[in-house]
Amino acid sequence: MGKNHPNVDKYVVSRVRALESILLEKGILPPDAVDRVVQRYEADTGPMVGVRAVARAWVDPAYKQRLLEDPRGALKDFGLDYEALRVVENTPAVHNVVVCTLCSCYPWAVLGLPPTWYKMPAYRSRTVAEPRKVLAEFGLTIPESREIRVWDSSAELRYMVLPERPAGSQAMGEAALIPLITRDALIGVADVRLPSPA
Amino acid sequence: MDGVHDLGGMHGFGPVEREANEPAFHEPWEAAVYAIMRASLGTGQYTLDEFRHGVERMDPAHYLRSGYYEHWLDGIARVLIEKGVVSGDELAARTAFFAERPDAPASAAVRAMPATPAPRIKWMAPDSERPVTKAPRFAVGETVVTRNIHPTGHTRLPRYARGKHGVIHRQHGTHVFPDSNAHRGGEQPQALYSVRFDARELWGPAAEPNQHVYIDLWEPYLEPGAPRG
Repeated sequence: MGKNHPNVDKYVVSRVRALESILLEKGILPPDAVDRVVQRYEADTGPMVGVRAVARAWVDPAYKQRLLEDPRGALKDFGLDYEALRVVENTPAVHNVVVCTLCSCYPWAVLGLPPTWYKMPAYRSRTVAEPRKVLAEFGLTIPESREIRVWDSSAELRYMVLPERPAGSQAMGEAALIPLITRDALIGVADVRLPSPA
Repeated sequence: MDGVHDLGGMHGFGPVEREANEPAFHEPWEAAVYAIMRASLGTGQYTLDEFRHGVERMDPAHYLRSGYYEHWLDGIARVLIEKGVVSGDELAARTAFFAERPDAPASAAVRAMPATPAPRIKWMAPDSERPVTKAPRFAVGETVVTRNIHPTGHTRLPRYARGKHGVIHRQHGTHVFPDSNAHRGGEQPQALYSVRFDARELWGPAAEPNQHVYIDLWEPYLEPGAPRG
């Protein structure tokens, strides 16, 4: 086990089950809640709303403007009412990356559950202080001439990066772009690339 | 509080470890903790701020040894016991019950299901924005300095950004004030701002070049600051 997955003793599992049983009895936890959580995050594998919004922003300049200026309104096109989101745009001059140093705030409504690394001390401690080194570990080299903006999600607003559209993708439509867009690109630890030729 | 959770800028944690094809939950109990968190929040057993402050008060050594859902479990149990929703003795007794019966489902310890069924869990956290009742003190572009405060209770002003000069980047409207709402002090909504800090102001001459950090900060964290050249 790596440090991302510390050993958990049976005390923890027993304590969870104990708490579950008490909250079931008290009418706080519905009996189907755990199944619904698993269903939502494990079985629901379609493209995330964040990915779909980015693909549309790349092909539709008016939608892009809405996504940046009125993200709540823009997300409603995908059936999601999410008042907390702010979208920050990568450009040739600026690269954005998102972190939560105090806990693990994450725009889960548009990106799903956060990856474990996002919640662990290494990412949370270092991203505000040495983002270039952290991004290099993710395989992303940002030249000194390009400004890095780190967004520390300390309030209830949630940040998502609008990555740059990859060069050479101009002929591609929204549906073809969707599979290229990764969760990591929307956190700001990756860019979006065309698949390398076979 | 100056707790172990306030990690920004700390050294010594090594490289970021990633896992390929990570599952949504590594163990079934993690999904159960997630469901418990949402159900308790959605039915008003605690506010998000009380929950966060519950996690922050975890034993620091345990915090660093354990993973995310164990943090949640620790914080949820602490706050539910403090608020009288759950009895600590009852939780301990049932934990012992399940420790002896590792294959028993949670329902094995349930004496009777409630007369009124629990409401369905809500996926969205409650909105923190409130109506504006007074004009914000600071304008976009204005230089501010964060207060050098070390409250023993909950705060969302990270340690690395205290006593630092920054520039108001954006006004976010008025939002529930966590420092009050985590302590049964009510919502006491305050103006919230995105504040832009130069990395050199935060980290000194060793800062990486051409970097800024944006932090969302409530008005009581800020004072007017003279511009720095």
